[in-house]
Amino acid sequence: MADIALAHDFAETARATAMRRHGKGDSRFRALTFGAAILVVAIFLGVLIALLNGAWPAIKTFGFSFLWTEKWNPVTEKFGALAPIAGTLISSFLAMAIAVPVGIGIAIFLTELCPRPLKRPVGIAIELLAGIPSIIYGIWGLFVLAPYLQAHVQPWLIDAFADVPLLSALFAGPPYGIGMFTAALILSIMILPFISAVTRDVFETVPAMLKEAAYGLGCTTWEVMWRVVLPYARTGVVGGAMLALGRALGETMAVTFVIGNAHRLNPSLFAPGTSISATIANEFTEALGDLYVPALIELGLILFFITFLVLAAAQIMLYRLERRAGAR
Amino acid sequence: MTLISRRLFGLAAVAAAFVLPAAMPASAATAITGAGATFPYPIYAKWAEAYNAKTGVRLNYQSIGSGGGIAQIKAKTVSFGATDKPLSPKELNEAGLAMFPTVIGAEVLVYNLPGIKAGEIVIDGPTLAAIYMGKITKWNDAALAKLNPGLKLPNMPIVVVHRSDGSGTTFIFANYLSKVSKEWASEVGAATSIEWPVGIGAKGNEGVAGNVAKTRGAIGYVEYAYAKQNNLSYMRMKNRAGKVVSPGMQSFQAAAANADWDHADNFFMILTDQPGAESWPIENPTFILVYKNPKDPAAIKQVLDFFGWAFAEGDQMAEGLDYVPLPDSVVKRIEASWKAVAGSGR
Repeated sequence: MADIALAHDFAETARATAMRRHGKGDSRFRALTFGAAILVVAIFLGVLIALLNGAWPAIKTFGFSFLWTEKWNPVTEKFGALAPIAGTLISSFLAMAIAVPVGIGIAIFLTELCPRPLKRPVGIAIELLAGIPSIIYGIWGLFVLAPYLQAHVQPWLIDAFADVPLLSALFAGPPYGIGMFTAALILSIMILPFISAVTRDVFETVPAMLKEAAYGLGCTTWEVMWRVVLPYARTGVVGGAMLALGRALGETMAVTFVIGNAHRLNPSLFAPGTSISATIANEFTEALGDLYVPALIELGLILFFITFLVLAAAQIMLYRLERRAGAR
Repeated sequence: MTLISRRLFGLAAVAAAFVLPAAMPASAATAITGAGATFPYPIYAKWAEAYNAKTGVRLNYQSIGSGGGIAQIKAKTVSFGATDKPLSPKELNEAGLAMFPTVIGAEVLVYNLPGIKAGEIVIDGPTLAAIYMGKITKWNDAALAKLNPGLKLPNMPIVVVHRSDGSGTTFIFANYLSKVSKEWASEVGAATSIEWPVGIGAKGNEGVAGNVAKTRGAIGYVEYAYAKQNNLSYMRMKNRAGKVVSPGMQSFQAAAANADWDHADNFFMILTDQPGAESWPIENPTFILVYKNPKDPAAIKQVLDFFGWAFAEGDQMAEGLDYVPLPDSVVKRIEASWKAVAGSGR
């Protein structure tokens, strides 16, 4: 009896020690990971505060009109962010309009139609595209793509749409080679691998049974992709597209090379424009005066908010998609 | 997540740009510290190398831009600041700074027109201002045709190229246009960055040179050395005296010699649109800023000794890099002005 009680006691204390030890380890681990998580929040807030602080003189002087003023005059220190904001949004969304269909097309080809021996080389080539530094895209854009567009593509587009009411304004003016259109084109090439690689990966997670069943019912490849694969994989596709949009919004170097860096709004896509990141990169080093640097920092703050809004919109979109899929 | 972290990286880089120059150590005994304009960096580096070989004194020059140079000397983190845009005598007095020029650099207009060779086109100030204001948009415009009788100019849109980054080069160019065009002076003005009425922006001299070289119908302004070293087609210009001059050491030196240095308060001098039949119209000295009453007089003496040596021995090195040395009479004035700097030993 006593023996059993003793053994029981012993087992009890051993378990308690082990629990205590583990408990300590657990709490330490929790503190560590909690600290890491808090650090991210702290850095986020720190950046926000630093930006607000740096931009304060400009915010105080220009108020909200900063957002819709086109003028950017360092001589008289009158600054407005409309041209860079518009340039950032237009170039990014135009790039998305080009890259999303093409990227999804590549993913469809690679998962469904591609002959087996071609599958890996093409896949690797697309992933390599993602590894090219943006400065290379910029130089290539300026020295190869822009002169080609100026000589062969833009004059043709200008002539072709000269008599079409809305399009003639979009494709107007002397062919400079560089400008909003070229920037969007370069951006679309840069974000293409993000979209196609992510989309291909999610397409491959679609159960073969679903597709086989659809084919068995007599669906064409198009119908299988459009009705079965895309709806099944839409969360991943939207996620990949948002990742790409994020890259496009913040891209600096390649855009600076080819966008034309002009603080003007112009309906023509061939006209030079500017983006937020290009403006900051260009003008920061020699920014003199009391309001110039704050105005540039305020631009950074605006980019911060735009990216934040885009991410938030992506989350809401994903949430809606999931809820709708669940309801059906 | 990736988005946020990428944004943070970008901001960290910007923050580093703020902090690094300020964290530079103050002058060591055998090193002169300076910061500022990028334009004279190649010649300062070359002088420094030769000077170091001779005296063992090193020059630590950070080419962070004129704006940075002015900010750093005012923050007293360096012994001298360098700027392409001169400070006005009033600004100098308020800050207690002395200013003097070191070398002169010239700007030329480069273009890309198929079938027209280097130096074949002539342009004058008012026409140039009209092009950069978007009033003249075609190469076969009447104003250009009048300046270039006998030259077959193509019916091609003019692609105006300018600097997108703030730059002393832009300041000098805009300053010239302000002198030759009332409209430019009142509507645009002159500064290191300006609000350009037309055109595409490119970063740095190399960016403008690259854009002009790759865009048919383009015109741009670059420092002479860039046009020469990249074999770009440059224009001849009609100067204030109404004479057509080619860019080159001779016309650059003529403008420097013809300038009115007698009345240049604190050497405040912008060498644009100078008189004289031989004078090239767009050029400028680049300047050095030092404190008149420095907290470390020994360091200032080193700075002045260095530039004194460069004035005496460095002319050939400057010409080799396509800078224009100052006229001897100006050098004499500069050295006399150094007496006002405490601890200069002069």
